Amino acid sequence: MSDKNGKLSWIRDEVSPQNRKWEEFYRNRWQYDKVVRSTHGVNCTGSCTWQIHVKDGIVTWEMQGLDYPKLESGIPPYEPRGCQRGISFSWYLYSPLRVKYPYIRGVLLDLWKEARKEFTDPVEAWESMVNDPGKRKRWQNARGKGGFRRADWETVKEISAASMVHTIKQHGPDRIAGFSPIPAMSMISYAAGARLMQLVGGVSLSFYDWYCDLPSASPETWGEQTDVQESADWYNAKMLAVMGANLNMTRTPDVHFAAEARHNGTKMVVFSPDFSQVSKFSDEWIPINAGQDGAFWMAVNHVILKEFHHDNQTPDFIDYTKRYTDSPFLVEINNSNDINRPGQMLRANRLSQYQDIENGDWQFLMWDETDNRTKVPQGSAGNRWAKENKGKWNLKLEDNVDGSKIDPALTFLKNSDEIIDIEIDNFAEGETTQRKVPVKYIETKNGKVAVATVYDLLMAQYGVGRGLEGYPTSYDKDELYTPTWAEKYTGISPDTLIRFAREWASTAEHTGGKCTVIIGAGINHWYHANLMYRAAIHALMFTGCIGKNGGGLAHYVGQEKLAPGESWASIALAKDWHAPSRLQNTPSWHYIHSDQWRYEKSFTDYHTVPKNQPENTLAKGHTIDVNVKAVQNGWLPFYPQFETNPIDLVSEARENGAIDEKGVVDYVVEKLKKRDLKYSIEDPDNADNWPRVWFVWRGNAIGGSAKGHEFFLDHYLGTHTNQVSDSNFAKGSTEEVVWHDKVPQGKMDLVVDLNFRMDTSALYSDIVLPAATWYEKDDLNSTDMHSFIHPLQEAVPPAWESKSDWDIFKNIAEAFSKISSKHFPDTVEDLVSVPLLHDTPAEIAQKEIKEWIKGEVEAIPGKTMPNMKIAKRDYKNIHNQFISYGPNIPRNGLGAHGTSYDVKDEYQRLIDETPVEEWNGNIYPSLKEAKNVANTVLTLATVTNGELAYRSYKNMEEKTGLVLADLAEKNRGARVTFDDLCSQPKRLLNSPMWSGLTENGRAYSPFTYNVERLIPWRTLTGRQHFYLDHPGYIQYGEHLPTYKPKPTPTQYAELTTSESEHKTKIFNYLTPHGKWHIHSTYGDNHRMSTLSRGVEPFWINDKDAEDLGIVDNDWVEVYNDNGVVVTRANVSARIPKGIVVIYHATERTLSVPKSPLRGNKRAGMNNSLTRARLKPNLMVGGYGQFTYHFNYWGPTGANRDTYIMVRKLPILNW
Amino acid sequence: MDIRSQISMVFHLDKCIGCHTCSIACKNIWTDRKGTEYMWWNNVETKPGTGFPTRWEDQEKYKGGWELVNGELKLKSTSKVKTVTNIFHNPNMPTMDDYYEPWSYKYKDLFDAPAGDDQPTAKPISMVTGEYMDIEAGPNWDDDLSGSPIYAENDINLDVLSEEQRDQLFAIERLMMFYFPRICNHCMNPSCVASCPSGALYKRGEDGIVLIDQKRCRAWRKCIAACPYKKTYYNWNTGKSEKCILCFPRVETGQAPACFHSCVGRIRYLGVLLYDADRIEETAKHPDHELVDAQREMILDPFNENVIREAKKNGIADSTIKAAQESPVYKFVKDWGIALPPHVEYRTLPMLFYVPPMLPVMSSQEGDSVRSINEEYFPDFEKARTPIKYLAKMFGGGNESHLRYVLKKQSAIRAYRRAVTVGDIDMLDAEKALIEADCTPQEADKIYKLTSLCTFDDRFVIPAAHREEAIEMMKDPLEHKQEAGFGFRDAPARGR
Repeated sequence: MSDKNGKLSWIRDEVSPQNRKWEEFYRNRWQYDKVVRSTHGVNCTGSCTWQIHVKDGIVTWEMQGLDYPKLESGIPPYEPRGCQRGISFSWYLYSPLRVKYPYIRGVLLDLWKEARKEFTDPVEAWESMVNDPGKRKRWQNARGKGGFRRADWETVKEISAASMVHTIKQHGPDRIAGFSPIPAMSMISYAAGARLMQLVGGVSLSFYDWYCDLPSASPETWGEQTDVQESADWYNAKMLAVMGANLNMTRTPDVHFAAEARHNGTKMVVFSPDFSQVSKFSDEWIPINAGQDGAFWMAVNHVILKEFHHDNQTPDFIDYTKRYTDSPFLVEINNSNDINRPGQMLRANRLSQYQDIENGDWQFLMWDETDNRTKVPQGSAGNRWAKENKGKWNLKLEDNVDGSKIDPALTFLKNSDEIIDIEIDNFAEGETTQRKVPVKYIETKNGKVAVATVYDLLMAQYGVGRGLEGYPTSYDKDELYTPTWAEKYTGISPDTLIRFAREWASTAEHTGGKCTVIIGAGINHWYHANLMYRAAIHALMFTGCIGKNGGGLAHYVGQEKLAPGESWASIALAKDWHAPSRLQNTPSWHYIHSDQWRYEKSFTDYHTVPKNQPENTLAKGHTIDVNVKAVQNGWLPFYPQFETNPIDLVSEARENGAIDEKGVVDYVVEKLKKRDLKYSIEDPDNADNWPRVWFVWRGNAIGGSAKGHEFFLDHYLGTHTNQVSDSNFAKGSTEEVVWHDKVPQGKMDLVVDLNFRMDTSALYSDIVLPAATWYEKDDLNSTDMHSFIHPLQEAVPPAWESKSDWDIFKNIAEAFSKISSKHFPDTVEDLVSVPLLHDTPAEIAQKEIKEWIKGEVEAIPGKTMPNMKIAKRDYKNIHNQFISYGPNIPRNGLGAHGTSYDVKDEYQRLIDETPVEEWNGNIYPSLKEAKNVANTVLTLATVTNGELAYRSYKNMEEKTGLVLADLAEKNRGARVTFDDLCSQPKRLLNSPMWSGLTENGRAYSPFTYNVERLIPWRTLTGRQHFYLDHPGYIQYGEHLPTYKPKPTPTQYAELTTSESEHKTKIFNYLTPHGKWHIHSTYGDNHRMSTLSRGVEPFWINDKDAEDLGIVDNDWVEVYNDNGVVVTRANVSARIPKGIVVIYHATERTLSVPKSPLRGNKRAGMNNSLTRARLKPNLMVGGYGQFTYHFNYWGPTGANRDTYIMVRKLPILNW
Repeated sequence: MDIRSQISMVFHLDKCIGCHTCSIACKNIWTDRKGTEYMWWNNVETKPGTGFPTRWEDQEKYKGGWELVNGELKLKSTSKVKTVTNIFHNPNMPTMDDYYEPWSYKYKDLFDAPAGDDQPTAKPISMVTGEYMDIEAGPNWDDDLSGSPIYAENDINLDVLSEEQRDQLFAIERLMMFYFPRICNHCMNPSCVASCPSGALYKRGEDGIVLIDQKRCRAWRKCIAACPYKKTYYNWNTGKSEKCILCFPRVETGQAPACFHSCVGRIRYLGVLLYDADRIEETAKHPDHELVDAQREMILDPFNENVIREAKKNGIADSTIKAAQESPVYKFVKDWGIALPPHVEYRTLPMLFYVPPMLPVMSSQEGDSVRSINEEYFPDFEKARTPIKYLAKMFGGGNESHLRYVLKKQSAIRAYRRAVTVGDIDMLDAEKALIEADCTPQEADKIYKLTSLCTFDDRFVIPAAHREEAIEMMKDPLEHKQEAGFGFRDAPARGR
């Protein structure tokens, strides 16, 4: 085989260009006409910059952009960003799944045409159809079952607008709802529909809480929705604990920072019941039992407190705990029937010397070790909302009254007045135990009270004896919160846990707090997620890791960070025209309106609370009862508001002599007090209280986002359903709502979906509007994974008949205005009811739970009950308002999270330099085109306009009495335009709206602003809270960190009516984020389905599968009372026994056979097996950080404690 | 000495995410056409697993690569005798079952289904027949230990393990997986090139990229059988075989290949190696356990004056020599010795090298309780979940010492960097461990920097292609400038 030179004959490289002319074959393919920067408007948090390649006017492929500006040296760069899903997006544009034209259900179109023949007015036509139960039922029944017809834009716009006008007239504008999730992923598109909703008085539905992405422990601890480090900061961490987050799967473009940190000496420990993808990067994989992470961290805290706070008092940890947490604050110990339990924090005005202090109910006390007396530190909510004693809202350890320095006592161990027994709840074993705690007695106006420091209570709770009686004497004792105790739940040996805890604390000690917990949906979707999070957060707080680069709680679930928030919100929520907005917490809305509440009894069936409850406790009964109280007391919103149309209500008040807004509100309050007027939530199944028209865009509200999907099909849509639960299950177990034996089916009159693909929501909607893809529109995208802001751009014009979301809602607004001039020739008054809001003085509204409805307290809007305001709706000018940036902006300025700044000059600049709208003799900056909107957002936000950041810091200086404006000084002249973003990603500027500092390429880490500049957290004490003293939390036993057992299948009652006679087992059903999709997007495209198994499979352990006679790739039927899924088995040793996984947000549209168990009807999707459960203590409000804010506070849509059965599918039927 | 330059690659498996972004970057551009649906020039496999096509590493079945017969290198798949007798049939070629039948869905039904009493769904259909199909295989079927009793447990590399070790791999004690991204290795001793009866395969002189001439190819498909990595594929539409082209149109214009560009784990490195082609035969004849060292020996020091002189004599441009001196691949493979060739025992001398992964420490299980068996701060690599023997089968020609060397060095560097950045590991201990791992603090810093802090330009050092010189051999480059792109294109097709 050798040639004449003695060399192997094939070792003969080809160099002749002549022989290689054919190579142009491949060279020709690598050609394109232009490259355009864009990104993907999908809720993945990635926010990657992409280069879209266009050839012959067609998008051919995409490649990542590489031109992120670098951060400080010593941190790996951000290139490239983008994953397997993102790079497959171009498939959608020209795919057979693309929605190219408007579609409408045939039966609806026929009825419409018929009605339009009869009525020239479209509103009357709609009325004739929707008020005819037979007709209404016809199109409801047809939902999801084929029969789509291509329609023209004029028709679908007209139907949409007519249904809205009709609903406003007959029921009220708050029966129109819009759902679109995660504005940050394409904020202008979100703003489009939200703006229309808020202009007409409709309802914007939240998402972050509904998706269960909101980590409730974050507002509980920090008064903050979520604020986390950008992924580059992982590289600064020297210990990474990863739990409930599968970085390769879900943080694909970021995981390299973790992988790379390891090579720089970082230790990485992964907690996961399965050998998850990220486990491969770990030094130790801790195969913790599913949902038991809380138990692990409780015991970690036991070890840390014992060894690093008591045996060795690590100076940095002690100092940090004193300065930045509520540890030194004093808590009153209540004695009832000789049992001592910690109560609320001692209020300053309970002491005679402080009785006249401003906001004295909201000023708290520390014990000064040097002066040996109580002191009132600055920085509390009382200081924040002070009207007289201003400029004291800061974290300086100084007394609020006399200005003296404070030397806070963390513990009374050495100088207590007495050591008393405190009752500790042991929910795991259903017992209580007594532990000794040192207390002092303080003389109050009402006598002597025992007080303990939060720190001493924590020591008691975590079981660290410090020489006191009644505590575990060693780690080997199986007593509450020892490593040996934890082992029972976690399945992890005590020595593994102890070693972890020691390495954790020691790393923090050596590095000044560089330990990071990366945490995600794998934890956050459990019913008791807030407790699991809190336990992990405490390990960070005890070791001084919060507010440090390389340290902190890195929670990434949902792209919640909309960086240019102030200006964007003014447009999206139409604050430029109206205040306030109707913003609904979706968990309550869906739980109640889709009737999921009717399928469970008392929440204490599965939620363990302390035994001896006071009368009127919040900790008993049915979840909906707590929710009703939450609405009545102003803690949570609920729409519709009242059984009466809020427009009619104002008219009625006017007719009864109300002259001004106050008169109207007084009139309504009187009616409510007399019970002549009821809140809609009190009778949700009454047709007067149903939501009627629903717009869905940028999301999969009926599919991937529908926990309790089958209940949606039943009660919202009135079409077929595979749920077999008893709709009268709750009968007799509720107190606050009217019961109807007949459950409503089909509450929704019309569902309109904007979509570029035929997903489950589109398939079940009445009207599908063709939306532009992410490569066909201009928009903005930001994230918390990095500190840049990205554009989406129109690489090619919207294909076929599609339009951008902005243009679609603008066009609907136009159709709406046109129809409205007849029905609403004049401005009408709409009474808007809103709950008590975070970052307003309502944070100090309700010190105790007192219900006006029971006469326990006066009914005062904005204080003891929801606030009410009149919005003047100019319906015929809705289109003009939509495209004009309204007059409230120069009048009121902008702000967010409690900041504010003036923008008059910038507003004028928009008028002078950008397109304008002129109508009714006024001139406004134009919002007609999406690009104008983007530029308006960028011009007026602090993160993209240095001068405005400067002003905002100046404003914060007034509030805090601190020097802060230097943080913006250097970049005062910086401004960013849309065109700038298109040329290169731009880093966000320092802004007081956010808590991380980013100057000089420093990686963003949250709360560095608080720790370094002494800005209070937005909590009761202004510190990070270990102790949650809301009376409701005390009733639920969650005032202290604790462990609560997981609900069991029997308690959850989702396997009551399901068949179990055949060979089956019960499994805990987990639905984590998957590899081949971002929620439901991408999973249905050709690339992703090819690289997976052609379906989203059912992962099951090999031994479990063997027991059930299931072989890999067999079809299986997975079911419970909520519904059924038919898919194929993926048998893997990677999955532990007893749990099964279907990666979440599957689609019913793709490869779903029929279910023999459910009447041979089409099986469902992953949410067919789920149902939302709301945790009631997350509903409290009007109290410090427990005060409502959209997507920020409120119960979350937990769904992880679900159980299912499975069997091999007996027959495959399509 | 016959010095040649080759663009070579390193994949750092410790950083690999298993995301497959690389695969799709490639697919979007190159294999999204009729006839190429099933081709994945770049694919990513889960290990343990059987890969794509399934069990491709089983050369008993596929007969790929070279074997040593009486001291001579022979293609396993073919010989003159075999070629004649099996002219129209090769029993060792993968069939559609070994790959998969490409499928799509009847998406149209979602729009067009008539009103009925149940919901429509898009059923799977074959892209070959257009008919309904039951999906039973895919290009990534055993991803993340999917179907592990059928796939992972039948990974051929597990054959070197004891029964006990094998069992542990599928239980809590040792459960593990890692990812193995693969492209054409653009081998120094390519069996595909040697097997082609039409002479359609060749290795490009300037960069060593192995190509199949789309005009000369006559669909013998010998290359498919001969390539032990199964990285050539038959296009049933054009009747030509195709394979990874290392994105030469991009490389020629100074851009990284698409799969490298898109690697979001930042695991890929690309750069020039110089080697002595005179030594290929001798090298490929070494016994299995010596092959790694022998192949490394062939790679020449680009700073050596003699090498530079000989290279220039062979027409290698200054710019290429400079690129070779800056090559990250040279550093990983030669300077630091931590990147190893895959299945070197196939004797094709692959020019893609892998840094093997570090995996978490093993556990022990007593009753319901699991314990990490770690005693050290970082896991001892001997106690890591991946058996060294297994890795050695993949990356060491069975020689475990290479794997120990790499893993020890990586471990020592981590401990050293911790001593520098945290200080809870004693610096003296860390330095001692470095010495034991054949490393110095200076080298440790270089390795960690190129591993962790690397920029795009650090990872990809692409030599100038000097296209003007190649074009000049046919026509005036000025003329080319004026004419480029004009003309009618004629795609290759069956018989053309």
